[in-house]
Amino acid sequence: MSGADPVVATSAQAAFVDVPPEPGAAKADPILVADGVTRRFGGLTAVDVDHVEVQRGAITALIGPNGAGKTTFFNLLTGFDKADAGSWRFDDRDLVGVPAHKVARHGMVRTFQLTKSLARLTVLDNLKLGAAEQRGEGFFSSLVRPLWKAQEAEIEARAEDLLGRFNLAHMRDEYAGSLSGGQRKLLEMARALMVRPTMVMLDEPMAGVNPALTQSLLGHVKQLREDGMTVMFVEHDMDVVHDISDWVIVMGEGRVIAEGTPDQISSNDDVIDAYLGAHHDAPKTAAEEQAQLDEIHAKIDEESGDAHG
Amino acid sequence: MDWQFILSVSLTTAFGPQAIVFALAAIGLNMHFGYTGLVNFGQVGFIAIGAYTVAMGVDTFGLSFWLCVFLTFFTASVWALVLGVPTLRLRTDYLAIVTIASGEIIRLVLRANTFTDTTGGAAGIQNFAGDFFGLNPFTGDRKALNIPGTDVGVTYSANQFWVLLIGWSIVALTCLFVYLLVRSPWGRVLKAIREDEDAVRSLGKNVYVYKLQSLAIGGVIGAVGGIIFAVSRQSVVPDSLGTALTFFAYVALVLGGAARVLGPVLGSIVFFFLSAFVDVALREAIEADVITFLVGSEVGVVRNILVGVGLMALMVFRPQGIIGDKSEVAVSVRR
Repeated sequence: MSGADPVVATSAQAAFVDVPPEPGAAKADPILVADGVTRRFGGLTAVDVDHVEVQRGAITALIGPNGAGKTTFFNLLTGFDKADAGSWRFDDRDLVGVPAHKVARHGMVRTFQLTKSLARLTVLDNLKLGAAEQRGEGFFSSLVRPLWKAQEAEIEARAEDLLGRFNLAHMRDEYAGSLSGGQRKLLEMARALMVRPTMVMLDEPMAGVNPALTQSLLGHVKQLREDGMTVMFVEHDMDVVHDISDWVIVMGEGRVIAEGTPDQISSNDDVIDAYLGAHHDAPKTAAEEQAQLDEIHAKIDEESGDAHG
Repeated sequence: MDWQFILSVSLTTAFGPQAIVFALAAIGLNMHFGYTGLVNFGQVGFIAIGAYTVAMGVDTFGLSFWLCVFLTFFTASVWALVLGVPTLRLRTDYLAIVTIASGEIIRLVLRANTFTDTTGGAAGIQNFAGDFFGLNPFTGDRKALNIPGTDVGVTYSANQFWVLLIGWSIVALTCLFVYLLVRSPWGRVLKAIREDEDAVRSLGKNVYVYKLQSLAIGGVIGAVGGIIFAVSRQSVVPDSLGTALTFFAYVALVLGGAARVLGPVLGSIVFFFLSAFVDVALREAIEADVITFLVGSEVGVVRNILVGVGLMALMVFRPQGIIGDKSEVAVSVRR
């Protein structure tokens, strides 16, 4: 698996070679295209995204400081909140005003920042719930077990497979409420995969997870891409983003302020401004410090020269 | 004190028609609250709808009794839609707010003078279940069934026996129905909604439709309880359908164990046994001069106090109810 990793990663990254690192950049094969998406809460404009495209089959990180509107943007795209204006297309399907459960059925499945494990369902039942188009979920058909027994067995096999992959097999029959925070994140990701999504939207998958599990979670996220899914995730830890994402979209105060590869983003002044505030021109090296001093001296000389002249 | 008498009366009450009514009402609430997490404070409204669909259908509109029983499924479902359509898209609290008023609305409309010709007003409607009792195979005065080898047992009239036979059969069938539902993937969705409906939505399930279905099914089950309520008395009176009925049904549910198929049935039987037992035992004790500081007219109040204390003790020492699952409760507390 790890041997194949760099190859796949390059192919996902290759898609971004010709993409200019600027907000709203056009992608080679966008799975998600959003235009003019706006959400206001009273006087506050939480989201005001002009144009953004998400490349198919890649891991795209959506970063930004607290209050940048990342989660709100997620909620809008996945139907958990209603936009005041704007349009967005997913897989060539208009998703504006489509309710959350239909968004999921179209293949865009999300997880939540505060994990929503279904506490009083077993871990296995949590996963089985995720499977789509279950015959036994109709009211009348649920009463006749032969109608759904075979499908249920299939679902269970798939669920157990995923539990094994996510290291939860030993917790199979425990209530999900008894899992640790990190295990709940794993459970939620596995449950989302039961839907067989084409795009997975992870809202802060690493939040509140102990460092030992973070690596495992990162591995699982990469695996999603290798399995052919598009991944978009919200995160505010830049280090995490740098490690796994192919492309980074930065939000600040509701807008997309920068886009680029992780390397481009980590040296982008706008991004550093957004995170640290605009006045951060403290020198990083001695040479820089000298350059700044020279600049200031030159200015002073110039101004005093003006005064004398 | 005559313990045989005390136990016999308690058992007779525990398996009497009222226990059936509350068992069914509580099974309905179990569907709402136990499995789906919907807080319905208006179960008495569904009981009233069941009772009055049959009473008004037969007496006011001259329909056949059996047709009216069938119609109850329809009227109760419509009432569930009326309550659910505007509230179930919102948080659970809104259903609770709307339903707590709904039961009283029904009672006050039923007892309004304006509609006396249709509903019978405050006096209600009597003697509409002739068709039902016409099929009664039991005859004679009173029927007694004793626990083998003792003089302790239950005593009912022939008509009551008929109601009980049909009533408990319906309870058994309803339990089977609920069992089939909740072990299915459909039931899994309901339980998931109880835990977190946004998570269920994110997995592509139409939560709203499931909640409506749950509200309607639990409501219809409560309405069937209402039919038995009306038929067993051969009478419906609006003021016998007060808000307290809903809360007694909740007591039965929590006492037996929520989210367990047989919990509400067991809870209802135990609740009626205990309250009858305390009542009769107190009266006997007063009569035998064992208790001298109470008079007969005070027994009702003291009984309610004692039963209330007992329920509090249950909640302290066994919060999951008689047959509830302790680990389930523990999980929900930890959350």
